[in-house]
Amino acid sequence: MLSQDHAVTLKALAAACPELREGADIDAIGDVVPGFVAWPSGTDQAAGLLRAAAEHDLAVVFRGTGSRLGWGVPPDRCDLVVDTGRMDAVLEHAAGDLVARVQPGAQMGGVADLLALAGQEIALDVPATATVGGVVASGLTGPRRLRYGSPRDLLIGITVVLADGTVAHSGGKVVKNVAGYDLGKLFAGSAGTLGLITEATFRLHPLPAARRFVTAEFVAPTVGCDAVAAAANSPLVASAVELRRAAPGGPLQVAVLLEGSPDGVAARAGRMADLLGAAEVAPEAPSWWPGPLDFTAAGTLIRVSFWVSALGRVLDAIDGAAAGSGTAPGVYGSAGAGVLYLEFPPGVAGVSSFTGALRAALDHERGGVVVLAAPAAVRAELAGHGGMAGRVPSLGLMRAVKDQFDPGHRMAPGRFPEVI
Amino acid sequence: MADTADKAAAKAAALAGRMTDICGAPNVLTDPLELRTYECDGLTSHRATPALVVLPGTAEQVAGVVRACAEADVPFVARGSGTGLSGGAVPHSEGVLIVLSRMRDVLEVDPVARRAVVEPGVTNLSVTDAVRPYGLFYAPDPSSQVVCSVGGNVAENSGGAHCLKHGFTVHHVMGLEVVTPAGELTWLGDGTGVVSGYDLLGGFIGSEGTLGIVTKIVVKLTPAPEAVHLVLAAYSSLEQGGRAVTDIIGAGIVPAAIEMMDALSIEAAEAAVHCNYPEGAGAVLLVELDGPVAEVEAELATVRAICDAAGAREIRAADDPVQRAGIWAGRKSAFAAVGRLSPAYIVQDGVVPRTALGDVLARISRLSEEAGIRVANVFHAGDGNLHPLVLYNDTVPAETEAAEVLSGAILDTCIEYGGSITGEHGVGVDKSRYMPKMFSAADLETMQLVRCAFDPAGLCNPGKIFPTPRLCGEVPGPRRAPHPIVAAGQAEIF
Repeated sequence: MLSQDHAVTLKALAAACPELREGADIDAIGDVVPGFVAWPSGTDQAAGLLRAAAEHDLAVVFRGTGSRLGWGVPPDRCDLVVDTGRMDAVLEHAAGDLVARVQPGAQMGGVADLLALAGQEIALDVPATATVGGVVASGLTGPRRLRYGSPRDLLIGITVVLADGTVAHSGGKVVKNVAGYDLGKLFAGSAGTLGLITEATFRLHPLPAARRFVTAEFVAPTVGCDAVAAAANSPLVASAVELRRAAPGGPLQVAVLLEGSPDGVAARAGRMADLLGAAEVAPEAPSWWPGPLDFTAAGTLIRVSFWVSALGRVLDAIDGAAAGSGTAPGVYGSAGAGVLYLEFPPGVAGVSSFTGALRAALDHERGGVVVLAAPAAVRAELAGHGGMAGRVPSLGLMRAVKDQFDPGHRMAPGRFPEVI
Repeated sequence: MADTADKAAAKAAALAGRMTDICGAPNVLTDPLELRTYECDGLTSHRATPALVVLPGTAEQVAGVVRACAEADVPFVARGSGTGLSGGAVPHSEGVLIVLSRMRDVLEVDPVARRAVVEPGVTNLSVTDAVRPYGLFYAPDPSSQVVCSVGGNVAENSGGAHCLKHGFTVHHVMGLEVVTPAGELTWLGDGTGVVSGYDLLGGFIGSEGTLGIVTKIVVKLTPAPEAVHLVLAAYSSLEQGGRAVTDIIGAGIVPAAIEMMDALSIEAAEAAVHCNYPEGAGAVLLVELDGPVAEVEAELATVRAICDAAGAREIRAADDPVQRAGIWAGRKSAFAAVGRLSPAYIVQDGVVPRTALGDVLARISRLSEEAGIRVANVFHAGDGNLHPLVLYNDTVPAETEAAEVLSGAILDTCIEYGGSITGEHGVGVDKSRYMPKMFSAADLETMQLVRCAFDPAGLCNPGKIFPTPRLCGEVPGPRRAPHPIVAAGQAEIF
């Protein structure tokens, strides 16, 4: 950008949002350093910023704490980073209605502490430092996906600012609401490519009074897979059924989380232990419990989704792909909910061929293999193996939605790999 | 204008030949009397006779039918069982009505994965029937579940009495095969519920048939609960019942269902099904608890104590399925039952924050008195979804108008208290005029961006949800000369 344009742009942005500075190396996303970083105080300033950005044809990326900005693909260009750090309030907590309205920059740990005062929670297992906006925009989901779903399942209302500065709402403050289209569903998981979320309203759940973890280890994979399905399908109502296998061909560690009343949980845990056979019951999670998905490292993170009935075939496919690519990844995750993760440290060879082989082996199964994060070298290699996203149904419709919401393609351009 | 309408209807009718090639002659209706039988859905106050009715039998036939409409620039409306209460399936008088009721197979059941794949014409209850042998059920359970179709449930994001705990259709659908308004078959979501890219699946559910037609639905199945207990508590007043509900929620319990009925609806239900609810009750509260035996026993004790402390005149409890069904019969018969009290009634579907229920019910009572129009109240007390039944004599024009004014005032109240104009029935044609009261112009215009992405030609169930259509493909930015269609007075720009 010419320095004259830069000065004009700076002035326009500052008029909309006084908390503004020039971009620096620390603001880089990949190797793209933005020209400016702004901290709007709320929806109005955010709208003014995006209007100014539109007038000056700026590419914009939204940032919470930035912990997952390295996921996916770096933007093609980024002129302005809009940081949600000043929009960090819990605007409303209607405990009697089990509803909370939150700003996107609020960190989930702080929100959880506040809601816990009334014995309530947003039932998502995410890192305490993750921001509300980041959680919704990335679709980040932890072990209790099995019982409560992902962020979009708990979102009942949203305020967004679009690329041209338009402010729009959908949903509301009541759990039952089918008036109009649900923009919250579209924005959840959209990684900032449709616009900025400036308010999110969630339905809450009561904090459980007690928890128990029932853990077991299985040497025979079929027995282990059957146990995962049995636990997930049991009327004992597991909140989470997690799996870990440290290396291909290794034993399966299974852990089931039960939540409820103290007596109820104790009784159910005993019965779940019987169901799994030779299991232990403890009030604390086992040391390997995956917990919130907190991958911020420089390596590769892959997510596999599937029907639970295919778990055995998925593990076999991982074994085959590992053998063929000379890798030996561990696997962990919400197997009971049909989701597993694999991590590869940076510098490991064979990641992209592993991915391609796994996709081929699972081609006839429902679900997919998505590379959520990878170093630049791996991303480049993945192009020949299905890219980061693999197969994405209805890509044309997704592009049509993007074109409607962001015709100038300035919201995190290029960010949704191979999709937008 | 009539001339244009006739021409348009003729254009639709001219498709009959092509539709016959696609669906077979018995599945294409042109006889005027047959067409009229499809003129409305469950909302009988809005009617329109379609120019043509087709009943496809496969997803490919649905795609062919839609493609034919798209190529001929003819609007189309999809219909499941026709039980909707917002007029979502009211046909377009110059268009084709596509009826999905022939597509009613359960295609696949995977009890280990707890998933099934069903066609859109499958009734809601028959999904549960198909999976009951595996100890599973399909959780969203609208009161019309014996008849209503899963495709229709998808269109409306149907809930039912158990949705506070068990969620809505959107929480139980993992993938959809749809026919886009251009006539292409495509999948939304991959059947696992884990989203890659935009959640088009989530956006499509609840879009009231305006973004395409569903041809296959991947549903999530729920393990049948070990224990189900139903508590009925009778109170002298709605206020007392409301206090019990507040305290139950405050105790950290999320019942499977909490329903309340007022004296008038109890009277109607009694006359209809002889449910034998406690006599003289001003309000009846039904609280259903489900889950693992150990949890339900604890919750049951707490709920009974709370109901008692709130001043219950009588408390009954049942855990036996037959007894429970008997108690539910009163509540489930309520809508139909009020037909005995009144020649006509308007069903409302507003939602208010649960904590505002007391105030809102008092307001409805006052409005009802002032208007001289009776209102029977049945509602999902746990989530604030009201179903005021506005009773009137439709042979008296003044009463008809007063009833409509009162209905509108009730919806205005719901909006005033930060609620919604529709909790589960949908906007359809019935409530589109209230959308600008609940949402700003920018909100509605932004929602319609989605419509433009799916249906730029505006042929898919047009005229539903949004009071005035947005013109798609406009250049964004400041408007200059009025668009010709605006100038002709056929659309507005927000």
